[in-house]
Amino acid sequence: MSIAPPAPPAPPAPPEAPAVAAEPLPPVDRRPLRRRRMIRAGQQVAAIALTLFMGVPVYLIALAAFSSRAELNRFPKALWPRDVSIDTMRTFLHSTGVVPSFINSVEVGIATLIVSLLIGAPAGYAIARYAFRGRDGYQLFLLTARSLPVVVLSIPLATMFLRLNIYDSVLAVTLVHAVLALPTTVLITASVFVAVPAELEEAGMVFGCTRFGAFRKVVLPLSVPGVAASSIFTFVLSWNEVLAAAILTLNNRTLPAQVLTTLPYSPVEFRFAGGFAMVVPSLVFILLMRRYLTNMWGATIR
Amino acid sequence: MSNQHQTSGISRRSLLRFGATVGVTAPLLAACSQSTTGAKSGGGTVNLLSTQHTPTTEADAFRQILKQADSSLSVNFTPGEASPTISQIQAQVQANNVKTNAFLGTHGDLATLGPNMLEDVTSLIGELGSAGFSADNLTLTKLGTSKNYYVPVEQATYVLAVNKKALDWLPSGADVNSLTYDQLLAWMQAGKAANGGKPIFGLPAGPKGLLHRFTQGYLYPSFTGGLVTTFKSADAVTAWQYFKNLWSVTAPSSTNVDFMQDPLSAGQVLVGWDHVARLVNAPKDKPDDWLMVPAPKGPKGRGYLAILNGVGIVKGSPDQDRTKQLIKDLVKPEVQLSIVRQLAFFPTVKATLPSDLPPAVRLESDAVTKTQSGGMLSLPSVGMGANDAKFTKVFQDCFTGIVLNNADIQQTLTTQGQTMQQLITDSKAPCWVPDPKSSGPCQVG
Amino acid sequence: MVATEVRPARRSALGRAAAPYALLLPSVLFMLALFGWPVISAVQQAFTGTHGGATQNWHDMVAEPHFWQSVRNTLLLVVVLIPVQFVLAVAMALLLRERLPGRGFYFYVWSVPLAVSDLAAGLVWLSIFTDNGYLNSALGWFGVNPVEWLSYQNASTMFLAVFLAELWRATSLVLIILVSGMQMMPRDYEEAAEVFGASFWQRLRHVTLPLMRPSIQVALILRTILAFQAFAVAQALTGNEFPLLVGQTYLWFAGLNDPHVASAVALVVLGVSMLTAIGYLVMLRRPDRSQGGER
Repeated sequence: MSIAPPAPPAPPAPPEAPAVAAEPLPPVDRRPLRRRRMIRAGQQVAAIALTLFMGVPVYLIALAAFSSRAELNRFPKALWPRDVSIDTMRTFLHSTGVVPSFINSVEVGIATLIVSLLIGAPAGYAIARYAFRGRDGYQLFLLTARSLPVVVLSIPLATMFLRLNIYDSVLAVTLVHAVLALPTTVLITASVFVAVPAELEEAGMVFGCTRFGAFRKVVLPLSVPGVAASSIFTFVLSWNEVLAAAILTLNNRTLPAQVLTTLPYSPVEFRFAGGFAMVVPSLVFILLMRRYLTNMWGATIR
Repeated sequence: MSNQHQTSGISRRSLLRFGATVGVTAPLLAACSQSTTGAKSGGGTVNLLSTQHTPTTEADAFRQILKQADSSLSVNFTPGEASPTISQIQAQVQANNVKTNAFLGTHGDLATLGPNMLEDVTSLIGELGSAGFSADNLTLTKLGTSKNYYVPVEQATYVLAVNKKALDWLPSGADVNSLTYDQLLAWMQAGKAANGGKPIFGLPAGPKGLLHRFTQGYLYPSFTGGLVTTFKSADAVTAWQYFKNLWSVTAPSSTNVDFMQDPLSAGQVLVGWDHVARLVNAPKDKPDDWLMVPAPKGPKGRGYLAILNGVGIVKGSPDQDRTKQLIKDLVKPEVQLSIVRQLAFFPTVKATLPSDLPPAVRLESDAVTKTQSGGMLSLPSVGMGANDAKFTKVFQDCFTGIVLNNADIQQTLTTQGQTMQQLITDSKAPCWVPDPKSSGPCQVG
Repeated sequence: MVATEVRPARRSALGRAAAPYALLLPSVLFMLALFGWPVISAVQQAFTGTHGGATQNWHDMVAEPHFWQSVRNTLLLVVVLIPVQFVLAVAMALLLRERLPGRGFYFYVWSVPLAVSDLAAGLVWLSIFTDNGYLNSALGWFGVNPVEWLSYQNASTMFLAVFLAELWRATSLVLIILVSGMQMMPRDYEEAAEVFGASFWQRLRHVTLPLMRPSIQVALILRTILAFQAFAVAQALTGNEFPLLVGQTYLWFAGLNDPHVASAVALVVLGVSMLTAIGYLVMLRRPDRSQGGER
């Protein structure tokens, strides 16, 4: 059964036979290597420049949030921490409602995640696996939800929730955030499921799984990183959403509703402190989840 | 290799599964125990929604005042932006499911809510007769009807904040406490020239700034003696020409300034006009460097605008007795004085101001007293109801057109005057101070 | 044997036809309940009014002094900003693929703006561009006089400020979608093209970008729809001096207490966004409908 591998061909005789000795080899042309190094250096410079563009503003708002009031009024401002003070941040964090609203925001974020996945993932699967009439129309229908300005979306819902007596609750905000998050959830889960070859599912069914069993045992584990990526988008969207949360809650506000609505009326140092306080949880969240951000199109192979 | 892949896959998968379990149970628990961001809600709490005292420090100060005013009453004070707050109350009343007990807002906010959303409090005002509300304020609370719909609890006006450095360029013979508009213009021109061409004057022309109150309550009465009835008169054209001249010595960055105290404390400008509560932080660090003076006088007098804040009871709200108790607490003299001390809003009841006010507030109260003695009172619109916002926009559009975009003054006033007339006729609002009384809807002149 | 094989096949054929619709049903019901009602309400509001009906609302909307400016500014942002963002995001994605040292850190910093809310982003850039801000401070250290970047008198610097702020805030979304798409791309094709002598630009145009088409399509549609909703950043930076369409919605609703015209403006935004999305879908359609395609 085994085939003997063919014998390797004999190496050809080198053109310059050792008999013609002492003829020097032409100098190695270093130009391509130099050019490659310069290109690498150029790429590194470009990357650093872009990193500065993306990162310096965050550094600056951190600086502003931790500067004293006197420093904020000074001009020219120092670009390094000259007059550091934690007073503004401390007052801000101790002001009424910041901690409970933080908890509410976390609850709403996680609940939105779950609701939008429960409702959106089946739809994503349908788009990925089946070519049916109305597929494009359905995706367009979902996108309309993000195209309507939030204020026009929230006011009628407030009236509806009041009548259903779920107004001013985590549930109310969750439902609206799920509406806003559904388009991205469906789009991303659809792409994730597309990346899992249908053959694997069919293989599972050949070996005795039901359709759902094949999904659960084969597709789901492979798509977990991509689903995690979709969760990041959803959580960040829900975390940062201000207006609907402000309209739909009274006593059980989320952090943006509690803080950001009063920020434009606060003295300038509070605006920076508040802005920075809103950015920090997102920074931490992305730090933890960054590995999953690029997995939307399926498990990383390379 | 496959083993390694499997172990890493399992550990990541189990971590995510754990996270999913936590994620599922957390909201279920949450449904049982939501974190309230206000005071403990439930029986016995008065829910007070407000458009006033929104900055974080002001809100906390107000909560302290409420607690000290009446320890037996638990009040849940929730300040917010005008539009979402008003929309919430409207939605609640329309759905017959009212959870808000009381609303603290400006006269304009309460007028937007209107008699349909507020309870009639005429009897409550009667009980509080000895408090000494002014007749003008009580007229405002009637919202154009014959019954009172809210109780006035705070009032304020607008003054000029002056950094003493600017006094160097004051024209000779001018008294800073009794300026005319022409003197103000000459002063600011001198200041700008001395400052290398950079203006030293600022106005709150930002999106949330109160510049329209300057136009309505200061410019128009001082130059024309009226507001609606003299809207497009020859005196009005003079007023707008003056405004253009004044704007040429105003810092252009004013179009993004909502609160004058910010550029004043930063030293970007030296003199600014704004609401007393939006100026109070400017002298906070160095009160000795600052003066607060009444707004200037024009050809027809020293016009000034009095802004009124009041508390109304939301129609159909539960526990109205408790809400009435809250209102009675708010108009007690000692509570009114706490409000002056901490929030720079002045009393609506008869109360002598103590001498130990914080320096910034004392500066302001001096200016306010000087304003009120011999000034020409102007009130915000009475009876315009939901059209109040569009009425204000007429003045904002005139400013944008005439002052910012150099449009023809008479033409703009004529066009905007038509819009204004339509609004007034729709609301059937009769004229209000500074215009003379009228029998039917106010006529634009 | 044959009989029992036929029956399950017929059942599963029916089941297979109904399966996609059954999977879609929860989301459709959810959206109809929670989104359909507001849309109906908005249409109702837009076609009624205190004076006339739809014609009066339309007239009010168009006659508002800032309306046409807001249309122009929104289109400017969409037409000028989005191509620049895509070029930048493609460049960043290609850079990440080069496996430079430190790319993990670069990727983290480049994706941070994704998690920053509109309002916070506006505040961040305001602290930079305001007259007393960090940019003028930095220029001051070099002896340059402060520039009034955000003054209404300098329309071009105002636009530049809004442009930079939106570029900073929104490029990460496009970057992440593109990078994820690139992950699935085998490098074989590009390497083959290189072997056959294609230059960098030829490879980019004929191999890399076409392979990225699905992710580019998703990114374009999402980003454009979100661009039409842009508002908070411009408002934080310029107040009312750089009006945008969604800003008009807020003006009518919150500032002027007129939900009818506000709904009319909202429906205009909705309509324009949908037209653009349809346009993208048609322009970027591949002959085979499945994403990714079989090879």
